[in-house]
Amino acid sequence: MGLESYVLIAGFLFCVGLYGILTRRNAIGVLVSVELLVNAANINLAAFAHFGRGLDGQVFVLFTTALTVAEVVVGLALVILLFRRRKDILLDLANGLKG
Amino acid sequence: MMERLFFGAVATVLIFSALMAVGTRNLVRAVLWLGLTLATTSMFYIMLHAPFLATLQLILYTGGVLSLMLFGVMLTRRSTEQHGVEVHNESNGQRRALPIVAVAVGLIVTAVGRTDLSTATPAAVSPETREIGQRILGTHLLAFEVLSVLLLAAMVGAIVIARRKDASLEGKDDPRDRAAALPGSRLSSERET
Repeated sequence: MGLESYVLIAGFLFCVGLYGILTRRNAIGVLVSVELLVNAANINLAAFAHFGRGLDGQVFVLFTTALTVAEVVVGLALVILLFRRRKDILLDLANGLKG
Repeated sequence: MMERLFFGAVATVLIFSALMAVGTRNLVRAVLWLGLTLATTSMFYIMLHAPFLATLQLILYTGGVLSLMLFGVMLTRRSTEQHGVEVHNESNGQRRALPIVAVAVGLIVTAVGRTDLSTATPAAVSPETREIGQRILGTHLLAFEVLSVLLLAAMVGAIVIARRKDASLEGKDDPRDRAAALPGSRLSSERET
């Protein structure tokens, strides 16, 4: 399969994740969508590493994986904090800084 | 031909599970669909001659991140289903989101169409895992070290963020806060916030 098919699939995955981020009101739902975005980027990195005959793309995927795990951990801590304060995890409730 | 069929099947599963992960109301189901998406991505990695990444994807994402998210859903599960609040803000959210997503799709398709990607041919030999390790500890050593600091910071930060409320509760020792902490006391929680 050519490089375009991988890039197009990853692009579509990215758009699905973008749609999820924009429509979800639930904090964990947004985290799920962010995972989709990162996944799309990872597919692109691996595809370009394979077709570009380099290895740095794969190394980059390792780095983004670690970053994503850190992001999920902090995100879930925030979600749990939000739940403790507001008894729900709808993002509309996280308006404490709103002027 | 066989490869094309396989690619099509995997891509279909990937897209479908991603759509379900974004579209379904039930959060637990959304997380499980995300798990299918991540597992299918590891099939992509295998097709891209990156078996190490595929293994890592299965262990880290479907093993670690997914169970973490399920824990998050279970720990915070209550009011969305009980009080009948929708996960989606159907009318408003979709109307605002669709044009943005349409622009993104258009941009990506245009960019891919204008770039000549068909000349790229895949590498004949798949790289060895040993080389990845050598790259990480050689060329990208600085990034690796920075990443370890970041992971430490994330760990400490997560603990601090998630624990803060407990400490303040113990310090105050106010019966009203106790009542607010009880499940089902919607009114007192409103007052608390």
